[in-house]
Amino acid sequence: MASIFTLAFKLLVNDRAKFAALIVGLTFSVFLMVQMISMFSGILLRASSTVLNTGAALWVMDPAVNTVANSIPMPDYVLDAVRSVDGVKYAVPFYSAGALVKLADGTYQSVNVIGLDDTSLVGRLPLVAGRIEDIYSDNAFIVVRDAEYDKLQRPRIGTTFEINDHRSVVVALAAAPVSGLFGIPTLYTTYSRALEYIPNPRFTLSYILVEPKSDNRIPQIQSQVARLGYRALTAKEFVHQITNFYVYQTGVGTNILIMTVISFLVGLSISGQTFYTFILENLERFGALKAIGAKARDLIQVILFQALLTSLTGYGLGVGLCAVLIALAKVRLPDYSSTITYTNLILAFVMVLVIAAVSSYAGIRKVIQLEPFDIFRG
Amino acid sequence: MPKPAVQARDLVKWFGEGPTRTDAIRGVSLEAYFGEMLYIVGPSGSGKTTLLSILSGILRPSGGTVVVQGRDIWRLHDDELAEFRLRTLGFVFQDYHLFPRLTTAENVAIPLILRRRPWAEALHVALGFLEIVGLESRADLPPIKLSGGEQQRVAIARAIVAEPEILILDEPTASLDGETGKRIVEFLRTKILSAARCIVVVTHDARIAQFADRTITMEDGRITGIVGRPASAE
Repeated sequence: MASIFTLAFKLLVNDRAKFAALIVGLTFSVFLMVQMISMFSGILLRASSTVLNTGAALWVMDPAVNTVANSIPMPDYVLDAVRSVDGVKYAVPFYSAGALVKLADGTYQSVNVIGLDDTSLVGRLPLVAGRIEDIYSDNAFIVVRDAEYDKLQRPRIGTTFEINDHRSVVVALAAAPVSGLFGIPTLYTTYSRALEYIPNPRFTLSYILVEPKSDNRIPQIQSQVARLGYRALTAKEFVHQITNFYVYQTGVGTNILIMTVISFLVGLSISGQTFYTFILENLERFGALKAIGAKARDLIQVILFQALLTSLTGYGLGVGLCAVLIALAKVRLPDYSSTITYTNLILAFVMVLVIAAVSSYAGIRKVIQLEPFDIFRG
Repeated sequence: MPKPAVQARDLVKWFGEGPTRTDAIRGVSLEAYFGEMLYIVGPSGSGKTTLLSILSGILRPSGGTVVVQGRDIWRLHDDELAEFRLRTLGFVFQDYHLFPRLTTAENVAIPLILRRRPWAEALHVALGFLEIVGLESRADLPPIKLSGGEQQRVAIARAIVAEPEILILDEPTASLDGETGKRIVEFLRTKILSAARCIVVVTHDARIAQFADRTITMEDGRITGIVGRPASAE
């Protein structure tokens, strides 16, 4: 490290009280920022849980669908039409709807029922207990063992409950990579049984899951489906659409954005003010350096180094603190939906750099304008 | 004839404009020679510190020239001026302006660090200069743990560590008791002053008058008297 940076480091770190105040301020603001955007990411991830868990390449739906939870049933002929599209390897029906389960103690619990294609079971989850072939036995349902599992009173294989007065039997437990957003348990069964158990409108086909012969056939399939009056989205596009819905068409995005901006402003004001005070308190030393022969460039390097060092240390500690607290919260609160993504980290990093730049700008201006003659005058 | 280290001609400096204008320096010309210890004395407000700042390249004069090493320093750009101060001048400020969060040795090493010398090398050289001022045993202490006289010597070590031709001291004995002040100036005279160096001291301390080769008296922004002759001219 160049000696000028060693000097900057010692001038900063040796003033322990001030350095600690700077670090605490930045750590706190980074923690707040990362926490806010991680919470939002967690919500968005869970909002797309069905899409992510199912793993289909293409989803065919009514063009008015906004989120996977609010499907608009399509007529059955659409399935045949999609199967006939050039480039489609296979297409299967997919059912998704809400239902009420009557538990053994007589209480009711809302659930999300997923109906998989009877023959292929495309979209099924990995099992943690039981056998997949048992899904074809009478009244069979698979319960997803996620954060909402307890709401079904921890059913085991063989546990029975009622759905619309139909007897249902748990034949297996499945693991879901991502839990749902709305805090209700998920049951899987065959497509035909789902239609049988749950009262339905005239059309019953929630989605069609499509496997293209190759990825480069996807645009062609999408345009053919569009000609039918429906929409085919890749899983990534569907997740993007769901994200956009929550960000732009609900209050969630705006509120989280406001909280994130507030935490940014809190961080900026705490760190900016503390750093500026640090510069002001060392102004006569900067003046002495200037009188001795430090160039403006040297002083800018010193201040920028100090601002960057403080910001990056605060960033690391803030992210670490956030990660630890999210991990601890998830142990105690299974429904806690916070996820630190690379995008979050980059976003927070950019905000920290802005804080560093703004904090140092005020200090640099002050030091550059400082007349060393003032030092002589005492 | 001794060689001039600094030649100032017709220096004027005023602050403010119009009815608020204050003339601090009014047509001052002087030379400071290598090998001499030059005092600038005078009452408060006589313009001593302003003159010293102009000679040091810290305060731009309203008129006149300051020639050092054959160049008018006030024709230099800001960075060149900073480089001139770093390479040619050494400062001892009235209040020392030591860095309380650095050790004594690190304080002394600052001019070398600004000259981009590696940290370890700068500290090594600084230790040598602390030895010259008799403070090698205090190298690892922060300045706050030192007495006023010791802090003054640290400031002197910092001023001479880069081997400047011109050493500038502003009221070096102002914060010291009489005996310590005398010892410091005697030390400068016997250990620091050399044929290749010029020391300019602004003071109003009559107790150290005996150590000057020449004494310039200022009053109301003008030189009102010069006593003595350059040492190497004798």
